[in-house]
Amino acid sequence: MFYRESGDFKKTYKLDSQTFPIKFDRWRYYFVMLVAFIVVPMFLTDYSANAVMIPFLVWAIAALGLNILVGYCGQLSLGTGGFMAVGAYSTYKLMTSFPGMDMISVIMLSGLVTAVVGAFFGLPSLRIKGFYLAVVTLAAQFFLVWLLNKVPWFYNYSASGQISAPQRELFGIVVTGPHATPVAAYLFCLIFAVGLAWIARNLTRGRMGRSWMAIRDMDIAAEIIGVNPLMAKLSAFAVSSFFIGVSGALLFSVYLGAAEVTEAFSINVSFAVLFMVIIGGLGSIFGSFIGAAFMVLMPVLLKNILVGGLGWPTDLAAHFELIIVGGLILVFLIVEPHGLAQMARVLKEKLRLWPFPH
Amino acid sequence: MTEPLQKMEAASKLLELKNIDLSFGGVKAISNISFDVMEGEVRAIIGPNGAGKSSMLNVINGFYHPQQGEIWFDGKQRHSMKPYQIAYQGIARTFQNIALFKGMSVLDNIMTGRFTHMHKNMLWQALWKGPAEQEEIVNREFVEGIIDFLEIQAIRKTPVGRLPYGLQKRVELGRALAAQPKMLLLDEPMAGMNVEEKEDMCRFILDVNDTFGTTIVLIEHDMGVVMDIADRVVVLDYGRKIGDGTPDVVRNDQTVIDAYLGVSH
Repeated sequence: MFYRESGDFKKTYKLDSQTFPIKFDRWRYYFVMLVAFIVVPMFLTDYSANAVMIPFLVWAIAALGLNILVGYCGQLSLGTGGFMAVGAYSTYKLMTSFPGMDMISVIMLSGLVTAVVGAFFGLPSLRIKGFYLAVVTLAAQFFLVWLLNKVPWFYNYSASGQISAPQRELFGIVVTGPHATPVAAYLFCLIFAVGLAWIARNLTRGRMGRSWMAIRDMDIAAEIIGVNPLMAKLSAFAVSSFFIGVSGALLFSVYLGAAEVTEAFSINVSFAVLFMVIIGGLGSIFGSFIGAAFMVLMPVLLKNILVGGLGWPTDLAAHFELIIVGGLILVFLIVEPHGLAQMARVLKEKLRLWPFPH
Repeated sequence: MTEPLQKMEAASKLLELKNIDLSFGGVKAISNISFDVMEGEVRAIIGPNGAGKSSMLNVINGFYHPQQGEIWFDGKQRHSMKPYQIAYQGIARTFQNIALFKGMSVLDNIMTGRFTHMHKNMLWQALWKGPAEQEEIVNREFVEGIIDFLEIQAIRKTPVGRLPYGLQKRVELGRALAAQPKMLLLDEPMAGMNVEEKEDMCRFILDVNDTFGTTIVLIEHDMGVVMDIADRVVVLDYGRKIGDGTPDVVRNDQTVIDAYLGVSH
């Protein structure tokens, strides 16, 4: 019905290795892109941009980054918040030190700085595995936040210890600072999200992605085949931190506008992104997006229902929100431990055969 | 008879182990073992459990570093190397317990075997279009050749975790072959297989040896198989070498018979 695959033969290896080998999926992807780039901006309001779309995109990039590390390379990390802070503070320093630099370069450079920091903290992964590695990355989280809070140079000696994003334009359109329109901010984040997702897909399907997955699934066999474990793990840490750094840079410069490191990039952030990755689906790019959507949209949705629909007091609703989201996470993990992406996969397999499953 | 054999030895000794000693703490796993592997032959290592056969393979591909002894590979003495460096020298292997990448498809597993033959850097890979894709397609063609050879076309996109044991063994052989190794180490390639699967596996091993000219070193417990396909056999017992030679010689060697059947003292 939806999938009409008969007669759709792949005659070259190039066609066979497409991201969306099935025609229906391909058109659906084009349709989503069309909606994201054209339809959504037409209906974007202040509220829907700031409460839903922009945080969704920013967290999706962070989830994508962590998924490369945890889902593809199998290295558990709890340092996401710290790495996002590195991205944010690099952006701040670059924006204030080089006011003429364009925002795309600023964000990309912040990502590179974070990649270097991430690779450095990835060094212990050669010796330490699993939960113990998580503890080491936890140390990175606390150390980085402490460092950025302790050394005044990082926040330009401001009295409050806060960093705030100055106004910057890209092609004459204001994208950061208080005067940025929601549409501009949204499109700016969208370009990064789509571009980085494309890069993540390319990296994970090629030689490098296979070396990561080989390390994840069976490190001894990976080594026998010629994968240098140190290089594979460090490159995973670097690429993952690049994504996370970009996400932190966008979170600070486009979404929050001003940030204080102990609040905006605390350990809670690390856990939240890890939840996104686990709920969305380890080792799935699509999963990173739905995981982020789940964690961003569910609280907004619940708030609207509880406060707007049922008329509960805000504080009570805020507490119940946490309980319900926590409960939903548990339910999802019990029903489908491989995440929402796996659910989508199973559904697709069913739909491909439907309505004649035999 | 002796003269041509010596001539061959001088021309094409692919691997030579000289006086290898390996111990873990107080346990001596291998003591003073020397043997060689000729280019293009099928060399079997046999011996009772705990004889040091797997340790021997681990020494050859760099997991263990012997305390004493020399390893000569392809005409050069090999110094202490990491296993991934040894892969670049052209040694591939399979494991006694299957060591496939469970989360990946058959195709991806075998493509991973091409790792040492792919060189495009990270930036090209991130872009995908252009050189990286080209390289991927060239290697894919090679891998499809191996898939055809091993007759596993129907399962190329199946996650390996879902495959039955015999097929997993075959995929693992495919992954090792994808590296186009000079020397292939097989650690009990037929353990746990039924007769039919064993026959298939024997055929593949002999075909690999014939068509690609790959030198093969294998550990196997099924004596029938070993005597049939091996050119020469090394027999180990308690970390020492107790026999070496063609299957016929080894079969009739009194020390070997004693080690396998036991002797009444």
